[in-house]
Amino acid sequence: MIELRGLTCGYGDKIVLRDIDLSIRKGQFFGIIGPNGSGKTTMLKAITRLVKAAAGDVFLEGVDMKRLHVNDIARSLAVVSQNMPTLPMTVKEFVLLGRIPYYKRFQFFEGGNDGFIANKAMELTGIAHLKDALMSEMSSGEVQLAFIARGLAQEPKVLLLDEPTSHLDITHQVGILDLVRRLNRQAGLTVVIILHDLNLASEYCDTIALIGDGRVRKCGPPADVLDYQTIEEVYKTVVIVRENPLSGKPFVLIVPEEVKEKWQKGS
Amino acid sequence: MKNKDMTLILPGAVLFLAAAIVIAIISGSAGIPLKRIFSIIVSGDATPEYSILVDIRLPRIILGFAVGGALSVAGVILQGMFRNPLVEPYTLGISGGAALGAALCIILKLQNAFPAIALPASGFIGSCLVILPLYFVNMRRNIVRMQGILLTGVMTSFISSSLVVLILAISRTEELHSIVFWIMGSLEEPSWVLIIIISVIAVLGLFLSYILTPVLNALSLGEEEAIHLGIDTERTKKQLFILASLLTGISVSLTGIIGFVGLIVPHFVRILTGYDHRKLIIISFLTGAGFLIFCDTIARTAFAPIELPVGVITGIVGGSVFIYILSRRHLPGS
Repeated sequence: MIELRGLTCGYGDKIVLRDIDLSIRKGQFFGIIGPNGSGKTTMLKAITRLVKAAAGDVFLEGVDMKRLHVNDIARSLAVVSQNMPTLPMTVKEFVLLGRIPYYKRFQFFEGGNDGFIANKAMELTGIAHLKDALMSEMSSGEVQLAFIARGLAQEPKVLLLDEPTSHLDITHQVGILDLVRRLNRQAGLTVVIILHDLNLASEYCDTIALIGDGRVRKCGPPADVLDYQTIEEVYKTVVIVRENPLSGKPFVLIVPEEVKEKWQKGS
Repeated sequence: MKNKDMTLILPGAVLFLAAAIVIAIISGSAGIPLKRIFSIIVSGDATPEYSILVDIRLPRIILGFAVGGALSVAGVILQGMFRNPLVEPYTLGISGGAALGAALCIILKLQNAFPAIALPASGFIGSCLVILPLYFVNMRRNIVRMQGILLTGVMTSFISSSLVVLILAISRTEELHSIVFWIMGSLEEPSWVLIIIISVIAVLGLFLSYILTPVLNALSLGEEEAIHLGIDTERTKKQLFILASLLTGISVSLTGIIGFVGLIVPHFVRILTGYDHRKLIIISFLTGAGFLIFCDTIARTAFAPIELPVGVITGIVGGSVFIYILSRRHLPGS
C-alpha cells in the first residue's frame, strides 16, 4: 500500500530521517513508535508529502507520490494530526470538510451523497448526537472522534494518525483505538498510527516500526520489536518486558531510578 | 446567536441593504419624500430633484455598494487565509501605498494634466507598488510565507504613512487640505465610468472569491490541514492574495481610506453565520455594502451642509456597534 524506499528527509539542512525502507501492506494496522524527536511525525509528514524527500521515494499503491496531485492523495490518505485546531464550527460542518477532495470544479455545496457519507462517518465514530455541537465546546476525546470522522468522510484507503491518544484518559484511549481497530478489521482500512504508549502499540498493532535517531531500528510483530534490550538501547531507559496474560502480547514496565538503585544495592 | 439559518440571515442582509439604499435616497438637504421618487424619475431630467437623485445621490449609493462590498470580501479573504481576525485589507499596507500615490499626485499637480483619472490612477499605482515587493519578497522557493507577508505588510504600511507625513510636512496649505481629505475617504466621485468599473470589479471579485470558498473553509483550519484535505495551498494562497489586493487597491484608489469596513463587517457577520465562508462571503458583501451606504448617509446629513469624511463615521459607528455586540455575547469559546 505504502512503500518508502531509501527515504531521506528533514527540514532545511537538518536531516531527520536517513535512508528509510519500509513497506506497509494493505489492511495492516501499522504502528510507529520511538523516542521524542526520533522522526516519527516527520515520517508521517513525508508520507503525506508535507515534508519533501531530500532523497528516496514514497510509493502509494505502486505509484510514485511525487506524480500525484494533492487532491488525489487526499482521496487515498486521511490524516488525523497531532495539533487539532478547534474553531466555533459545528461537528457536521467540520466532518463535511472531509468531502472537499471530491468537489468538482465550481461545486460549492455538498451533494446529498456527501451528507449521507458524513452522517455515516459520524455514526461509525459515535458522535452523531453531537452533530450540531460546536467543535470549540467539546471535550478533547470528542474532538478526536470528530477528526477521525472527518478522515472517514474522505473515504480513504489509509488512515494516518499521529498520537491520537496522547491527551486522553484510559477509557478514551481504549475507546479510540478499539474504534480504529474495528475500522481496520471490518472495513479493511489500512491504519498507520504513531503511538507513544508502548503497551497500546503492543496490544493494537499487527506490525510495529521502532524509530530511533532517524533510522528504523526494528520492524516486525510486537513480540519481536518490544524486547527489553532493544527498548533499553533505543530509549536509554531501563524497562522490564512481560506478557499480557490475556492477549499474549508483550507489555513494557518502566523502572524508576530509585527502585533501580535499591535493587542494585540489594543484589 | 447560534442561529445559522441562511433562510433567515440572507433575507435579513438583503433587507438591510435595501433599507440603507432607501434611506440614502430620501435623506439629504433637499428632502425628497419616498412617495415622490417614482414620479420624479418618470418625469425625466427636467426637475432639479431629478438631478439631485440621479447625479448626486445615485452615484454615491452605487459606489458605496461596490466599495463596501469589495472591502468586506477582501476582509473575509484575508482573515480566512491568515487565520487572524485582526487582519484587515489595510493591514498589508495597500492603503498606505495608495495614500502615498495620491499625495504625490496632489503635490505634483498631476490632476491638472489628467483631471478625472489622475488621483485614482496614482492611488492604484501606489498600491500596486506596495503589493508587488510584498508578494515577491515572501515568495521564496515558490512557497508563500504567510507570517512574512503580514509582517512585511505592516512595515510597508508604516514606511508609506511616514512618507505621506513627510509630504504633508513640506506641502502648502491647500495641498495639505486636499491630501488630508483624500486620505480620510469620501464616496464623492464624479466619473460614471470609474464607478461602473469598480462596480463590475466588485461583483466579479465576489464571484471569484465564492469559487474559492471551499478552499477558505479548509484553510481556516491551517495550511497543513488544508493540504490533508487535498488543497494546493501554494496556488490558492496566491490567488486569494491577488484577489484581496485587487479589491482593496481599486477601492482605496477611488475613495481614499475608508477604514473599519473590512475589519468589522466580516467579524460581525461571522457571529451570525459561523465559519462557513460560503455564507460568510455573501452576507459580508451585502452587509458591508449596506453599512457603507448607511454611514455615507450619516456623513452627508449629520452636519449638513458640511460633509464629514465617511471614514470617520464608519470608525465611530462600526466600532461602537461592534463593542456593544461583543458585550452582549456571553457565549464561551468564540
